[in-house]
Amino acid sequence: MTAISVSHVWKEYGDQIVLENVTLDFAPRSFVALVGPSGCGKTTFLRMLLSEEVPTRGQILVDGRPLPREPGADRGVVFQRYSVFPHLTVLGNVLLAAELPRAPLTGRLFGTARRQAQDEARALIAEVGLAGAEDKYPAALSGGMQQRLALAQAIMRKPKILLLDEPFGALDPGIRADIHVLMRRLWNSCEMSVVMVTHDLKEAFTLATRVIAFERRRTGDDRARFGAVVARDIEVWPRRVAGQPDIPADRDDPISSIDLVRDDPAPRPL
Amino acid sequence: MRLVNLRPDKGTAIVLALVPFVLVVAAYVLGSAERLAENPADKLLPSLATLAETTGRVAFSPDARTGDYMLLTDTLASLERLWSALAISTALALVLGLLIGLLPLMNAFLAPFVALVSMVPPLALLPILFIVMGLGEASKIALIVIGVAPFLTRDLAMRVKELPKEQLIKAQTLGASTWQIALRVVLPQILPRLLDALRLSLGPAFLFLIAAEAIASDSGLGYRIFLVRRYLAMDVILPYVAWITILSVAMDYGLAKLRDAAFPWFGGAR
Ligand SMILES: Nc1ncnc2c1ncn2[C@@H]1O[C@H](COP(=O)(O)OP(=O)(O)OP(=O)(O)O)[C@@H](O)[C@H]1O
Ligand SMILES: [Mg+2]
Repeated sequence: MTAISVSHVWKEYGDQIVLENVTLDFAPRSFVALVGPSGCGKTTFLRMLLSEEVPTRGQILVDGRPLPREPGADRGVVFQRYSVFPHLTVLGNVLLAAELPRAPLTGRLFGTARRQAQDEARALIAEVGLAGAEDKYPAALSGGMQQRLALAQAIMRKPKILLLDEPFGALDPGIRADIHVLMRRLWNSCEMSVVMVTHDLKEAFTLATRVIAFERRRTGDDRARFGAVVARDIEVWPRRVAGQPDIPADRDDPISSIDLVRDDPAPRPL
Repeated sequence: MRLVNLRPDKGTAIVLALVPFVLVVAAYVLGSAERLAENPADKLLPSLATLAETTGRVAFSPDARTGDYMLLTDTLASLERLWSALAISTALALVLGLLIGLLPLMNAFLAPFVALVSMVPPLALLPILFIVMGLGEASKIALIVIGVAPFLTRDLAMRVKELPKEQLIKAQTLGASTWQIALRVVLPQILPRLLDALRLSLGPAFLFLIAAEAIASDSGLGYRIFLVRRYLAMDVILPYVAWITILSVAMDYGLAKLRDAAFPWFGGAR
């Protein structure tokens, strides 16, 4: 169970204030979507959660403890690009996540340990729909396949927090819908909280339990002197809970739990 | 059609590639014929027949006194120096380049020094090398190493720094230690780039080799060329130059093939 608590965080680059007094609490197993105009500091916020950047002021706690000062295996990440290793095959990329913790010296597994890890990796590769592509190099994969691979690789390490920076931004709508289903399934089945940056409001409301909008309230000549703040903080309703089936969002009458397990479920909007 | 869009087909490409060679040979044959018509004893541009005859003599008939094949002995002596020097340079560059590129501390410690050393004109150091190390093999190998290793090191350090930062972060989120990052992420990705850098440094390597051999040696390709210069023996010098060129081209081609065979992912990832 991983709660993230961000309190009074400021981030400045020189004279430019990027984020201003951001205070947020993310419940365990939440799926938070960060939205906002380009350049408002979403990536910066994510990079602070990743320990790639440190807040200028304020602090970030995970389960009550300050964030480690460098990136680590507790926080997985998928970037918009360059998230997979070009010199490793699909299987090699996912396998790496199992090899690193278990082989500190060689970074490689051999024999039975390797075969076990391979089986695990293959199962995950099939789970993200890449079965059959195990021996391909990332350069031979489409953008959507590469992002699935990046997800599988991150999940393989079982992070407590998964950070996503516009992971599906470059994908066409059809593939995006597929990958949303996958994302939802992973969030339900893995013990993790997710923080996802997106430009796409529909995506945010499709996936998240909570949508947070950053915005720079002041514009004009002196805008650099004011950072972005949390402009909206929306709890997605009806509530989504990790590991529980989704309740159709297009009805506002009360529903009984029987509805959820009936034999002829109405098609669920995504 | 615009010139930028005109592409030769295969046949045209071969013909085009051959044209400069044919022109040079034709110019040589004409010039040689003209000079020989004027003075049959002219040594400056020997006829193709003389060149072929001398080539046969130096390459395929044993020396009357020692029983050695001159070209073979010279080639082996030179290649031994060249390859030892390239092996040492490669090993040095790999270790230093990786350290400088990957570790900010090492970058601060060594990068300025290596940058400065790479600017020292190696040939100006040759007398010092001869004085300090004597006239034997060590000083010749040292000259090539001094000429090539700093370039290779700086090139590799830059290639390491060019790797997307996302990859290093990603590796850390998979739990990789510094050692594991170097071993499993950086090293495999810079090896093919090292082979390319090595190809580029073949030219300078031969330059330093021949310079060292010309000044103090009793064997080697450079030694021979400068030895027979006294007798204006163009019929020996020209085949030797051609042979050195062929050696470089073969090594260049071999390294390129090795890169493609050993790093199949590299072509697609570039
Ligand atoms: N390393 C840095 N040095 C200086 N300024 C930076 C740095 N990184 C980000 N910034 C500035 O911080 C601001 C926010 O950048 P950030 O990348 O977080 O925006 P974003 O919300 O992710 O935008 P986008 O939606 O376009 O990705 C920008 O104005 C940017 O210029
Ligand atoms: Mg961004």
